[in-house]
Amino acid sequence: MDLLNYAFMQRALLAAVLVGITAPAIGVYLVQRRQALMGDGIGHVAMTGVGLGFLLSWSPVWMATLVSVLGAVLMELIRWYGRTRGDIALAMLFYGGMAGGVMLINLAPGGTNANLMSFLFGSLSTVSQEDITAICVLAAFVIVMTLALRRQLFAVSQDEEFARVTGLPVRALNLLTAVTAAVTVTVAMRVVGLLLVSALMVVPVAAAQQLTRSFAATFALAVALGVTVTIGGTITSYYQDVPPGATIVLLAIAAFMLLTALATPLARRRAKAAVTAAADPAECVIPGAAEAAGAGVARDTVPASRGSAEGSAG
Amino acid sequence: MTEPVISLRGVRAELGSRTVLRGIDLTVNRGEVVALLGANGSGKSTAVRTVIGQVPVTDGEIELFGTPRRRFREWRRLGYVPQRTTAAGGVPATVTEVVASGRLSRARLGILRRADHEAIRRAIDLVGLADRAKDSVNALSGGQHQRVLIARALASEPELLIMDEPMAGVDLASQEVLARTLRGEVARGTTVLLVLHELGPLEPLIDRAVVLRDGCVLHDGPPPKAVGQHALPGHDHVHPHAAPGTEPVRTGLLS
Repeated sequence: MDLLNYAFMQRALLAAVLVGITAPAIGVYLVQRRQALMGDGIGHVAMTGVGLGFLLSWSPVWMATLVSVLGAVLMELIRWYGRTRGDIALAMLFYGGMAGGVMLINLAPGGTNANLMSFLFGSLSTVSQEDITAICVLAAFVIVMTLALRRQLFAVSQDEEFARVTGLPVRALNLLTAVTAAVTVTVAMRVVGLLLVSALMVVPVAAAQQLTRSFAATFALAVALGVTVTIGGTITSYYQDVPPGATIVLLAIAAFMLLTALATPLARRRAKAAVTAAADPAECVIPGAAEAAGAGVARDTVPASRGSAEGSAG
Repeated sequence: MTEPVISLRGVRAELGSRTVLRGIDLTVNRGEVVALLGANGSGKSTAVRTVIGQVPVTDGEIELFGTPRRRFREWRRLGYVPQRTTAAGGVPATVTEVVASGRLSRARLGILRRADHEAIRRAIDLVGLADRAKDSVNALSGGQHQRVLIARALASEPELLIMDEPMAGVDLASQEVLARTLRGEVARGTTVLLVLHELGPLEPLIDRAVVLRDGCVLHDGPPPKAVGQHALPGHDHVHPHAAPGTEPVRTGLLS
Protein backbone atom coordinates (compact mmCIF):
# COMPACT_ATOMS: atom_id res chain seq x y z
CA MET A 1 0.00 0.00 0.00
CA ASP A 2 2.48 2.61 -1.17
CA LEU A 3 -0.35 5.08 -1.62
CA LEU A 4 -0.53 5.54 2.15
CA ASN A 5 2.96 7.06 2.08
CA TYR A 6 1.61 10.20 0.49
CA ALA A 7 0.07 12.74 2.83
CA PHE A 8 -2.44 13.85 0.17
CA MET A 9 -3.62 10.27 -0.25
CA GLN A 10 -4.02 9.82 3.50
CA ARG A 11 -6.20 12.93 3.52
CA ALA A 12 -8.12 11.81 0.46
CA LEU A 13 -8.81 8.38 1.94
CA LEU A 14 -9.94 9.84 5.27
CA ALA A 15 -12.25 12.22 3.42
CA ALA A 16 -13.52 9.32 1.29
CA VAL A 17 -14.39 7.23 4.35
CA LEU A 18 -16.25 10.15 5.93
CA VAL A 19 -18.18 10.76 2.71
CA GLY A 20 -18.99 7.07 2.49
CA ILE A 21 -20.50 7.19 5.97
CA THR A 22 -22.29 10.54 5.94
CA ALA A 23 -23.84 10.63 2.46
CA PRO A 24 -25.90 7.40 2.81
CA ALA A 25 -26.61 8.19 6.49
CA ILE A 26 -28.58 11.33 5.63
CA GLY A 27 -29.56 10.00 2.20
CA VAL A 28 -31.62 7.20 3.74
CA TYR A 29 -33.96 9.78 5.32
CA LEU A 30 -34.16 11.77 2.08
CA VAL A 31 -35.08 8.62 0.15
CA GLN A 32 -37.59 7.70 2.85
CA ARG A 33 -39.35 11.06 2.52
CA ARG A 34 -39.13 10.79 -1.27
CA GLN A 35 -36.83 13.78 -1.65
CA ALA A 36 -34.05 11.78 -3.25
CA LEU A 37 -32.94 14.67 -5.44
CA MET A 38 -32.72 17.24 -2.68
CA GLY A 39 -28.97 16.67 -2.39
CA ASP A 40 -28.61 17.53 -6.05
CA GLY A 41 -30.38 20.85 -5.54
CA ILE A 42 -28.22 21.70 -2.56
CA GLY A 43 -25.14 20.80 -4.59
CA HIS A 44 -26.11 23.40 -7.17
CA VAL A 45 -26.65 26.04 -4.52
CA ALA A 46 -23.30 25.23 -2.90
CA MET A 47 -21.55 26.35 -6.12
CA THR A 48 -22.33 29.94 -5.22
CA GLY A 49 -20.59 29.32 -1.91
CA VAL A 50 -17.49 27.99 -3.66
CA GLY A 51 -17.51 31.03 -5.97
CA LEU A 52 -17.85 33.39 -3.00
CA GLY A 53 -14.97 31.61 -1.27
CA PHE A 54 -12.73 32.24 -4.26
CA LEU A 55 -13.85 35.83 -4.66
CA LEU A 56 -13.31 36.71 -1.00
CA SER A 57 -10.28 34.41 -0.61
CA TRP A 58 -11.97 32.51 2.20
CA SER A 59 -12.09 28.77 2.57
CA PRO A 60 -14.39 27.48 -0.20
CA VAL A 61 -15.48 24.57 2.02
CA TRP A 62 -16.75 26.79 4.84
CA MET A 63 -18.32 29.27 2.41
CA ALA A 64 -20.03 26.41 0.60
CA THR A 65 -21.30 25.10 3.96
CA LEU A 66 -22.71 28.50 4.85
CA VAL A 67 -24.40 29.07 1.49
CA SER A 68 -25.79 25.54 1.14
CA VAL A 69 -27.19 25.60 4.67
CA LEU A 70 -28.92 28.88 3.82
CA GLY A 71 -30.14 27.35 0.57
CA ALA A 72 -31.49 24.28 2.39
CA VAL A 73 -33.35 26.42 4.91
CA LEU A 74 -34.80 28.44 2.03
CA MET A 75 -35.93 25.20 0.35
CA GLU A 76 -37.73 24.10 3.52
CA LEU A 77 -39.41 27.51 3.74
CA ILE A 78 -40.55 27.18 0.12
CA ARG A 79 -41.94 23.76 0.97
CA TRP A 80 -43.99 25.23 3.85
CA TYR A 81 -45.33 28.34 2.23
CA GLY A 82 -44.99 28.08 -1.54
CA ARG A 83 -47.78 25.61 -2.17
CA THR A 84 -48.65 26.50 -5.71
CA ARG A 85 -45.45 27.33 -7.54
CA GLY A 86 -42.99 25.59 -5.23
CA ASP A 87 -41.29 23.72 -8.07
CA ILE A 88 -40.64 26.92 -10.03
CA ALA A 89 -39.17 28.62 -6.98
CA LEU A 90 -36.89 25.65 -6.42
CA ALA A 91 -35.76 25.69 -10.04
CA MET A 92 -34.81 29.35 -9.62
CA LEU A 93 -32.89 28.54 -6.46
CA PHE A 94 -30.99 25.62 -8.00
CA TYR A 95 -30.03 27.20 -11.29
CA GLY A 96 -29.51 30.62 -9.74
CA GLY A 97 -27.06 28.93 -7.39
CA MET A 98 -25.20 27.27 -10.22
CA ALA A 99 -25.07 30.38 -12.41
CA GLY A 100 -24.00 32.44 -9.40
CA GLY A 101 -21.11 30.07 -8.76
CA VAL A 102 -19.83 30.23 -12.34
CA MET A 103 -20.14 34.01 -12.39
CA LEU A 104 -18.45 34.63 -9.04
CA ILE A 105 -15.52 32.37 -9.82
CA ASN A 106 -14.93 34.22 -13.07
CA LEU A 107 -14.93 37.53 -11.22
CA ALA A 108 -12.45 36.22 -8.66
CA PRO A 109 -8.84 37.32 -9.19
CA GLY A 110 -7.05 34.51 -11.02
CA GLY A 111 -10.17 32.37 -10.93
CA THR A 112 -11.17 30.31 -13.94
CA ASN A 113 -13.73 27.65 -14.48
CA ALA A 114 -10.86 25.17 -14.19
CA ASN A 115 -10.86 25.83 -10.43
CA LEU A 116 -14.52 25.03 -10.41
CA MET A 117 -14.02 21.69 -12.13
CA SER A 118 -12.38 20.11 -9.09
CA PHE A 119 -15.35 21.14 -6.98
CA LEU A 120 -17.88 19.92 -9.52
CA PHE A 121 -16.47 16.43 -10.01
CA GLY A 122 -14.07 15.92 -7.12
CA SER A 123 -10.32 15.67 -7.01
CA LEU A 124 -7.94 13.81 -4.71
CA SER A 125 -4.82 15.92 -4.90
CA THR A 126 -6.57 19.14 -3.88
CA VAL A 127 -7.82 18.00 -0.45
CA SER A 128 -5.80 20.30 1.79
CA GLN A 129 -5.05 19.97 5.49
CA GLU A 130 -7.46 22.83 6.11
CA ASP A 131 -10.17 21.06 4.12
CA ILE A 132 -9.74 17.84 6.04
CA THR A 133 -10.23 19.63 9.37
CA ALA A 134 -13.47 21.13 8.08
CA ILE A 135 -14.59 17.79 6.65
CA CYS A 136 -13.97 16.00 9.98
CA VAL A 137 -15.92 18.57 11.99
CA LEU A 138 -18.84 18.60 9.54
CA ALA A 139 -18.93 14.80 9.22
CA ALA A 140 -19.04 14.47 13.01
CA PHE A 141 -22.11 16.72 13.06
CA VAL A 142 -23.84 14.62 10.39
CA ILE A 143 -23.07 11.30 12.09
CA VAL A 144 -24.25 12.50 15.51
CA MET A 145 -27.49 13.93 14.10
CA THR A 146 -28.44 10.94 11.96
CA LEU A 147 -27.79 8.48 14.81
CA ALA A 148 -28.96 10.36 17.90
CA LEU A 149 -32.22 11.51 16.31
CA ARG A 150 -32.84 8.39 14.23
CA ARG A 151 -36.24 7.59 15.75
CA GLN A 152 -37.50 11.14 15.38
CA LEU A 153 -36.14 11.51 11.84
CA PHE A 154 -37.61 8.11 10.94
CA ALA A 155 -41.06 9.10 12.25
CA VAL A 156 -41.07 12.45 10.46
CA SER A 157 -39.79 10.99 7.19
CA GLN A 158 -42.27 8.11 7.32
CA ASP A 159 -45.44 10.10 8.04
CA GLU A 160 -45.21 13.81 8.68
CA GLU A 161 -48.85 14.23 9.65
CA PHE A 162 -48.73 11.43 12.20
CA ALA A 163 -45.42 12.71 13.59
CA ARG A 164 -47.05 16.06 14.30
CA VAL A 165 -49.82 14.34 16.28
CA THR A 166 -47.25 12.53 18.41
CA GLY A 167 -46.03 15.97 19.45
CA LEU A 168 -42.69 15.85 17.61
CA PRO A 169 -41.30 19.25 16.55
CA VAL A 170 -41.84 18.43 12.88
CA ARG A 171 -40.72 21.77 11.45
CA ALA A 172 -37.52 21.76 13.47
CA LEU A 173 -36.79 18.18 12.40
CA ASN A 174 -37.45 19.02 8.74
CA LEU A 175 -35.09 21.97 8.99
CA LEU A 176 -32.50 19.79 10.68
CA THR A 177 -32.76 17.20 7.89
CA ALA A 178 -32.26 19.92 5.27
CA VAL A 179 -29.32 21.46 7.14
CA THR A 180 -27.71 18.06 7.69
CA ALA A 181 -28.10 17.27 3.98
CA ALA A 182 -26.48 20.62 3.14
CA VAL A 183 -23.57 19.91 5.47
CA THR A 184 -23.15 16.46 3.90
CA VAL A 185 -22.95 18.05 0.46
CA THR A 186 -19.95 20.09 1.55
CA VAL A 187 -18.36 17.08 3.24
CA ALA A 188 -18.58 15.18 -0.05
CA MET A 189 -17.71 18.12 -2.29
CA ARG A 190 -13.92 17.63 -2.35
CA VAL A 191 -13.98 13.89 -3.08
CA VAL A 192 -17.02 13.20 -5.28
CA GLY A 193 -17.83 16.75 -6.35
CA LEU A 194 -20.98 18.85 -6.13
CA LEU A 195 -22.68 17.44 -9.20
CA LEU A 196 -22.25 13.82 -8.15
CA VAL A 197 -22.78 14.08 -4.40
CA SER A 198 -26.48 13.31 -4.64
CA ALA A 199 -25.68 9.94 -6.23
CA LEU A 200 -23.85 8.89 -3.11
CA MET A 201 -26.85 9.86 -0.96
CA VAL A 202 -29.28 7.85 -3.06
CA VAL A 203 -27.58 4.95 -4.87
CA PRO A 204 -26.19 3.07 -1.81
CA VAL A 205 -29.62 3.35 -0.17
CA ALA A 206 -31.37 2.10 -3.30
CA ALA A 207 -28.86 -0.74 -3.55
CA ALA A 208 -29.21 -1.70 0.12
CA GLN A 209 -33.00 -1.84 0.02
CA GLN A 210 -32.86 -4.51 -2.66
CA LEU A 211 -31.88 -6.91 0.11
CA THR A 212 -33.25 -5.48 3.33
CA ARG A 213 -36.59 -5.56 5.06
CA SER A 214 -35.97 -3.15 7.93
CA PHE A 215 -34.96 0.48 8.10
CA ALA A 216 -32.10 -0.23 10.50
CA ALA A 217 -30.62 -2.84 8.17
CA THR A 218 -31.04 -0.52 5.18
CA PHE A 219 -29.20 2.22 7.05
CA ALA A 220 -26.32 -0.08 8.06
CA LEU A 221 -25.94 -1.73 4.67
CA ALA A 222 -26.13 1.60 2.82
CA VAL A 223 -23.34 3.02 4.98
CA ALA A 224 -21.24 -0.13 4.49
CA LEU A 225 -21.75 0.09 0.72
CA GLY A 226 -21.00 3.81 0.78
CA VAL A 227 -17.67 3.29 2.55
CA THR A 228 -16.77 0.39 0.25
CA VAL A 229 -17.36 2.32 -2.97
CA THR A 230 -15.68 5.53 -1.76
CA ILE A 231 -12.55 3.68 -0.65
CA GLY A 232 -12.59 1.50 -3.77
CA GLY A 233 -13.11 4.50 -6.01
CA THR A 234 -10.40 6.54 -4.34
CA ILE A 235 -7.82 3.74 -4.67
CA THR A 236 -8.81 3.04 -8.29
CA SER A 237 -8.58 6.71 -9.05
CA TYR A 238 -5.03 6.84 -7.62
CA TYR A 239 -3.72 3.89 -9.64
CA GLN A 240 -5.56 4.44 -12.89
CA ASP A 241 -5.49 8.26 -12.88
CA VAL A 242 -9.24 8.59 -13.44
CA PRO A 243 -11.53 11.17 -11.76
CA PRO A 244 -12.50 9.94 -8.25
CA GLY A 245 -16.09 11.23 -8.24
CA ALA A 246 -17.02 9.46 -11.45
CA THR A 247 -15.26 6.26 -10.36
CA ILE A 248 -17.08 6.21 -7.01
CA VAL A 249 -20.50 6.82 -8.56
CA LEU A 250 -19.99 4.18 -11.26
CA LEU A 251 -18.89 1.69 -8.60
CA ALA A 252 -22.02 2.50 -6.57
CA ILE A 253 -24.23 1.92 -9.60
CA ALA A 254 -22.44 -1.35 -10.29
CA ALA A 255 -23.13 -2.38 -6.68
CA PHE A 256 -26.78 -1.46 -7.18
CA MET A 257 -27.03 -3.63 -10.29
CA LEU A 258 -25.24 -6.51 -8.63
CA LEU A 259 -27.53 -6.44 -5.57
CA THR A 260 -30.61 -6.10 -7.76
CA ALA A 261 -29.58 -9.20 -9.68
CA LEU A 262 -28.99 -11.04 -6.41
CA ALA A 263 -32.26 -9.82 -4.93
CA THR A 264 -34.62 -10.90 -7.68
CA PRO A 265 -34.66 -14.62 -6.75
CA LEU A 266 -34.74 -13.63 -3.07
CA ALA A 267 -37.77 -11.38 -3.55
CA ARG A 268 -39.55 -14.10 -5.50
CA ARG A 269 -38.99 -16.57 -2.69
CA ARG A 270 -40.19 -14.07 -0.08
CA ALA A 271 -43.31 -13.23 -2.07
CA LYS A 272 -44.12 -16.91 -2.37
CA ALA A 273 -43.63 -17.40 1.36
CA ALA A 274 -45.84 -14.40 2.09
CA VAL A 275 -48.66 -15.70 -0.10
CA THR A 276 -48.69 -19.08 1.57
CA ALA A 277 -48.36 -17.57 5.04
CA ALA A 278 -51.01 -14.86 4.70
CA ALA A 279 -54.71 -15.41 4.21
CA ASP A 280 -54.77 -12.61 1.65
CA PRO A 281 -54.22 -13.59 -1.95
CA ALA A 282 -51.47 -11.57 -3.58
CA GLU A 283 -53.43 -10.99 -6.74
CA CYS A 284 -56.87 -9.80 -7.72
CA VAL A 285 -59.50 -12.40 -7.03
CA ILE A 286 -63.09 -11.97 -7.96
CA PRO A 287 -65.10 -14.32 -5.79
CA GLY A 288 -67.81 -16.51 -7.25
CA ALA A 289 -71.18 -15.04 -8.16
CA ALA A 290 -72.88 -16.84 -5.28
CA GLU A 291 -70.82 -14.96 -2.77
CA ALA A 292 -71.28 -11.62 -4.46
CA ALA A 293 -75.02 -11.98 -5.00
CA GLY A 294 -75.93 -10.58 -1.60
CA ALA A 295 -73.79 -7.53 -2.08
CA GLY A 296 -74.78 -6.78 -5.62
CA VAL A 297 -71.24 -5.50 -6.11
CA ALA A 298 -68.32 -7.75 -6.93
CA ARG A 299 -65.55 -7.21 -4.45
CA ASP A 300 -61.97 -7.05 -5.58
CA THR A 301 -59.34 -8.02 -3.13
CA VAL A 302 -56.84 -5.24 -3.08
CA PRO A 303 -53.51 -6.40 -4.50
CA ALA A 304 -50.49 -6.47 -2.28
CA SER A 305 -48.70 -3.96 -4.48
CA ARG A 306 -51.24 -1.20 -3.95
CA GLY A 307 -48.75 0.91 -2.03
CA SER A 308 -46.75 1.51 -5.16
CA ALA A 309 -49.37 3.80 -6.67
CA GLU A 310 -48.74 6.37 -3.98
CA GLY A 311 -45.03 5.75 -4.12
CA SER A 312 -44.71 6.67 -7.75
CA ALA A 313 -46.66 9.87 -7.20
CA GLY A 314 -43.86 11.36 -5.13
CA MET B 1 -69.55 10.33 31.84
CA THR B 2 -70.22 13.95 30.99
CA GLU B 3 -66.59 15.01 30.99
CA PRO B 4 -65.91 16.17 27.41
CA VAL B 5 -62.76 14.81 25.82
CA ILE B 6 -63.27 16.59 22.50
CA SER B 7 -65.32 19.74 22.23
CA LEU B 8 -65.87 21.79 19.08
CA ARG B 9 -67.95 24.97 19.24
CA GLY B 10 -68.89 26.87 16.11
CA VAL B 11 -65.85 25.64 14.22
CA ARG B 12 -65.35 27.03 10.74
CA ALA B 13 -62.51 25.99 8.45
CA GLU B 14 -61.41 26.61 4.89
CA LEU B 15 -59.28 24.60 2.51
CA GLY B 16 -57.80 27.00 0.03
CA SER B 17 -60.65 29.43 -0.64
CA ARG B 18 -63.41 26.84 -0.17
CA THR B 19 -65.32 26.89 3.10
CA VAL B 20 -65.47 23.29 4.26
CA LEU B 21 -66.86 23.63 7.79
CA ARG B 22 -69.60 26.18 8.45
CA GLY B 23 -69.84 26.28 12.22
CA ILE B 24 -69.72 22.78 13.67
CA ASP B 25 -70.62 21.82 17.24
CA LEU B 26 -69.40 18.43 18.35
CA THR B 27 -68.79 16.99 21.79
CA VAL B 28 -67.33 13.61 22.57
CA ASN B 29 -67.54 12.59 26.23
CA ARG B 30 -65.21 10.25 28.07
CA GLY B 31 -65.83 6.61 27.17
CA GLU B 32 -68.08 7.42 24.24
CA VAL B 33 -67.74 5.98 20.73
CA VAL B 34 -68.85 8.57 18.21
CA ALA B 35 -69.03 8.04 14.47
CA LEU B 36 -68.72 11.00 12.13
CA LEU B 37 -70.68 10.18 8.99
CA GLY B 38 -71.40 11.96 5.75
CA ALA B 39 -70.88 11.88 2.01
CA ASN B 40 -67.60 12.67 0.30
CA GLY B 41 -66.85 16.35 0.66
CA SER B 42 -69.20 16.84 3.62
CA GLY B 43 -66.25 17.91 5.78
CA LYS B 44 -65.91 14.92 8.10
CA SER B 45 -62.20 14.39 7.46
CA THR B 46 -61.58 18.12 7.73
CA ALA B 47 -63.44 18.16 11.06
CA VAL B 48 -61.11 15.59 12.65
CA ARG B 49 -58.11 17.26 11.06
CA THR B 50 -59.02 20.52 12.82
CA VAL B 51 -59.15 18.60 16.10
CA ILE B 52 -55.57 17.39 15.71
CA GLY B 53 -54.38 20.73 14.38
CA GLN B 54 -53.71 19.70 10.78
CA VAL B 55 -56.22 22.17 9.37
CA PRO B 56 -56.29 25.73 10.73
CA VAL B 57 -59.57 26.96 12.15
CA THR B 58 -60.90 30.30 10.95
CA ASP B 59 -63.46 30.65 13.72
CA GLY B 60 -64.76 28.79 16.77
CA GLU B 61 -63.15 26.92 19.63
CA ILE B 62 -61.68 23.45 20.00
CA GLU B 63 -60.82 21.84 23.30
CA LEU B 64 -59.03 18.55 23.91
CA PHE B 65 -59.29 17.12 27.43
CA GLY B 66 -60.54 20.52 28.57
CA THR B 67 -57.50 22.37 27.23
CA PRO B 68 -57.75 24.77 24.29
CA ARG B 69 -56.18 22.94 21.35
CA ARG B 70 -53.57 25.64 20.83
CA ARG B 71 -52.17 24.96 24.28
CA PHE B 72 -52.67 21.18 24.20
CA ARG B 73 -49.35 19.37 24.58
CA GLU B 74 -50.28 15.96 26.03
CA TRP B 75 -50.20 14.20 22.69
CA ARG B 76 -49.52 10.84 24.32
CA ARG B 77 -53.15 10.77 25.48
CA LEU B 78 -54.25 10.72 21.86
CA GLY B 79 -53.87 8.03 19.21
CA TYR B 80 -54.44 9.05 15.61
CA VAL B 81 -55.04 6.87 12.57
CA PRO B 82 -54.76 8.99 9.43
CA GLN B 83 -56.59 8.18 6.23
CA ARG B 84 -53.97 6.25 4.29
CA THR B 85 -53.83 3.39 1.90
CA THR B 86 -50.28 2.52 2.88
CA ALA B 87 -48.01 2.55 5.91
CA ALA B 88 -44.87 2.37 3.75
CA GLY B 89 -42.32 5.09 3.07
CA GLY B 90 -39.56 5.28 0.48
CA VAL B 91 -37.29 2.90 2.41
CA PRO B 92 -38.22 -0.57 3.71
CA ALA B 93 -39.33 -0.59 7.35
CA THR B 94 -40.59 -3.43 9.50
CA VAL B 95 -43.96 -3.49 11.20
CA THR B 96 -42.19 -3.01 14.54
CA GLU B 97 -40.26 0.02 13.29
CA VAL B 98 -43.40 1.74 12.01
CA VAL B 99 -45.40 0.97 15.16
CA ALA B 100 -42.48 2.17 17.34
CA SER B 101 -42.85 5.70 15.98
CA GLY B 102 -46.27 5.80 17.67
CA ARG B 103 -44.54 5.35 21.02
CA LEU B 104 -42.35 8.45 20.64
CA SER B 105 -44.99 10.63 22.31
CA ARG B 106 -44.25 8.75 25.55
CA ALA B 107 -40.49 8.35 25.07
CA ARG B 108 -38.23 11.09 26.34
CA LEU B 109 -35.67 12.20 23.71
CA GLY B 110 -36.71 9.33 21.48
CA ILE B 111 -35.10 6.69 23.69
CA LEU B 112 -37.26 3.58 23.97
CA ARG B 113 -36.99 1.65 27.22
CA ARG B 114 -38.06 -1.89 28.01
CA ALA B 115 -41.61 -0.81 28.92
CA ASP B 116 -41.85 1.00 25.59
CA HIS B 117 -40.76 -2.06 23.64
CA GLU B 118 -43.34 -4.11 25.52
CA ALA B 119 -46.09 -1.61 24.68
CA ILE B 120 -45.07 -1.75 21.00
CA ARG B 121 -45.20 -5.56 21.06
CA ARG B 122 -48.62 -5.45 22.75
CA ALA B 123 -49.99 -3.05 20.14
CA ILE B 124 -48.80 -5.30 17.30
CA ASP B 125 -50.32 -8.28 19.08
CA LEU B 126 -53.66 -6.48 19.44
CA VAL B 127 -54.05 -6.14 15.69
CA GLY B 128 -53.00 -9.75 15.13
CA LEU B 129 -49.71 -9.05 13.35
CA ALA B 130 -47.35 -10.59 15.92
CA ASP B 131 -46.11 -13.13 13.37
CA ARG B 132 -45.39 -10.34 10.85
CA ALA B 133 -43.62 -8.01 13.32
CA LYS B 134 -40.23 -8.38 11.64
CA ASP B 135 -41.59 -8.29 8.09
CA SER B 136 -41.36 -5.24 5.87
CA VAL B 137 -44.64 -3.33 5.63
CA ASN B 138 -44.14 -3.40 1.85
CA ALA B 139 -45.00 -7.11 1.96
CA LEU B 140 -48.39 -6.52 3.61
CA SER B 141 -51.86 -6.30 2.10
CA GLY B 142 -54.03 -3.19 2.22
CA GLY B 143 -55.93 -4.40 5.25
CA GLN B 144 -52.73 -5.26 7.04
CA HIS B 145 -51.37 -1.78 6.30
CA GLN B 146 -54.41 -0.36 8.07
CA ARG B 147 -53.79 -2.69 11.02
CA VAL B 148 -50.21 -1.40 11.23
CA LEU B 149 -51.48 2.19 11.29
CA ILE B 150 -53.89 1.32 14.10
CA ALA B 151 -51.20 -0.48 16.08
CA ARG B 152 -49.05 2.63 15.70
CA ALA B 153 -51.84 4.74 17.22
CA LEU B 154 -52.33 2.21 20.05
CA ALA B 155 -48.61 2.09 20.88
CA SER B 156 -48.87 5.17 23.09
CA GLU B 157 -51.73 3.54 25.05
CA PRO B 158 -54.01 6.50 24.35
CA GLU B 159 -57.17 7.53 26.19
CA LEU B 160 -58.63 8.90 23.00
CA LEU B 161 -58.52 7.30 19.56
CA ILE B 162 -59.23 9.35 16.45
CA MET B 163 -59.54 7.30 13.28
CA ASP B 164 -60.10 8.60 9.77
CA GLU B 165 -61.88 5.96 7.66
CA PRO B 166 -60.15 2.96 9.21
CA MET B 167 -62.27 0.57 7.15
CA ALA B 168 -61.62 2.10 3.70
CA GLY B 169 -60.22 -0.51 1.36
CA VAL B 170 -59.85 -3.15 4.08
CA ASP B 171 -60.51 -6.82 3.38
CA LEU B 172 -63.06 -8.72 5.46
CA ALA B 173 -60.51 -10.60 7.58
CA SER B 174 -58.84 -7.34 8.57
CA GLN B 175 -62.21 -5.66 9.18
CA GLU B 176 -62.99 -8.33 11.75
CA VAL B 177 -59.61 -7.88 13.43
CA LEU B 178 -60.12 -4.12 13.51
CA ALA B 179 -63.61 -4.43 14.96
CA ARG B 180 -62.31 -6.82 17.64
CA THR B 181 -59.38 -4.52 18.48
CA LEU B 182 -61.70 -1.57 18.77
CA ARG B 183 -64.10 -3.54 20.96
CA GLY B 184 -61.21 -4.30 23.33
CA GLU B 185 -60.19 -0.65 23.46
CA VAL B 186 -63.75 0.50 24.12
CA ALA B 187 -64.09 -2.09 26.90
CA ARG B 188 -61.01 -0.57 28.54
CA GLY B 189 -62.74 2.81 28.54
CA THR B 190 -61.01 4.40 25.57
CA THR B 191 -62.90 7.26 23.96
CA VAL B 192 -63.22 6.91 20.18
CA LEU B 193 -64.00 9.35 17.38
CA LEU B 194 -64.32 7.60 14.03
CA VAL B 195 -64.78 9.01 10.57
CA LEU B 196 -66.77 6.44 8.63
CA HIS B 197 -68.31 6.16 5.24
CA GLU B 198 -71.00 3.94 6.67
CA LEU B 199 -71.43 2.13 9.95
CA GLY B 200 -70.61 -1.35 8.62
CA PRO B 201 -69.20 -3.96 10.99
CA LEU B 202 -68.53 -1.35 13.68
CA GLU B 203 -72.22 -0.53 14.11
CA PRO B 204 -72.76 -2.40 17.42
CA LEU B 205 -69.93 -0.42 19.03
CA ILE B 206 -71.17 3.02 18.19
CA ASP B 207 -72.98 5.04 20.86
CA ARG B 208 -73.74 8.10 18.81
CA ALA B 209 -73.51 9.21 15.21
CA VAL B 210 -72.94 12.73 13.96
CA VAL B 211 -73.87 13.21 10.33
CA LEU B 212 -72.36 16.08 8.38
CA ARG B 213 -73.62 17.58 5.16
CA ASP B 214 -72.02 20.51 3.40
CA GLY B 215 -70.00 21.42 6.46
CA CYS B 216 -72.98 21.52 8.82
CA VAL B 217 -74.19 19.03 11.44
CA LEU B 218 -77.30 17.36 10.05
CA HIS B 219 -77.91 14.79 12.77
CA ASP B 220 -76.49 14.17 16.24
CA GLY B 221 -77.95 11.21 18.06
CA PRO B 222 -78.41 7.46 17.83
CA PRO B 223 -76.81 5.86 14.76
CA PRO B 224 -79.12 6.04 11.74
CA LYS B 225 -80.39 2.78 10.31
CA ALA B 226 -78.94 1.96 6.92
CA VAL B 227 -81.44 1.84 4.09
CA GLY B 228 -81.55 0.48 0.56
CA GLN B 229 -78.54 -1.25 -0.88
CA HIS B 230 -76.36 0.04 1.97
CA ALA B 231 -78.39 -2.10 4.40
CA LEU B 232 -77.75 -5.35 2.60
CA PRO B 233 -75.52 -7.75 4.50
CA GLY B 234 -72.00 -7.82 3.20
CA HIS B 235 -72.33 -4.50 1.43
CA ASP B 236 -68.98 -2.83 1.43
CA HIS B 237 -67.91 0.44 -0.08
CA VAL B 238 -64.37 0.25 -1.29
CA HIS B 239 -63.45 3.56 -2.80
CA PRO B 240 -60.29 5.02 -1.39
CA HIS B 241 -60.17 8.70 -2.14
CA ALA B 242 -58.69 11.91 -0.89
CA ALA B 243 -60.70 15.07 -0.46
CA PRO B 244 -59.64 17.65 -3.04
CA GLY B 245 -57.20 20.14 -1.64
CA THR B 246 -55.99 17.95 1.23
CA GLU B 247 -53.11 16.48 -0.76
CA PRO B 248 -50.03 18.67 -0.72
CA VAL B 249 -48.81 19.83 -4.10
CA ARG B 250 -46.06 17.46 -5.11
CA THR B 251 -43.29 19.08 -7.06
CA GLY B 252 -41.55 15.82 -7.80
CA LEU B 253 -38.26 17.13 -6.57
CA LEU B 254 -39.14 18.02 -3.02
CA SER B 255 -42.50 16.47 -2.41
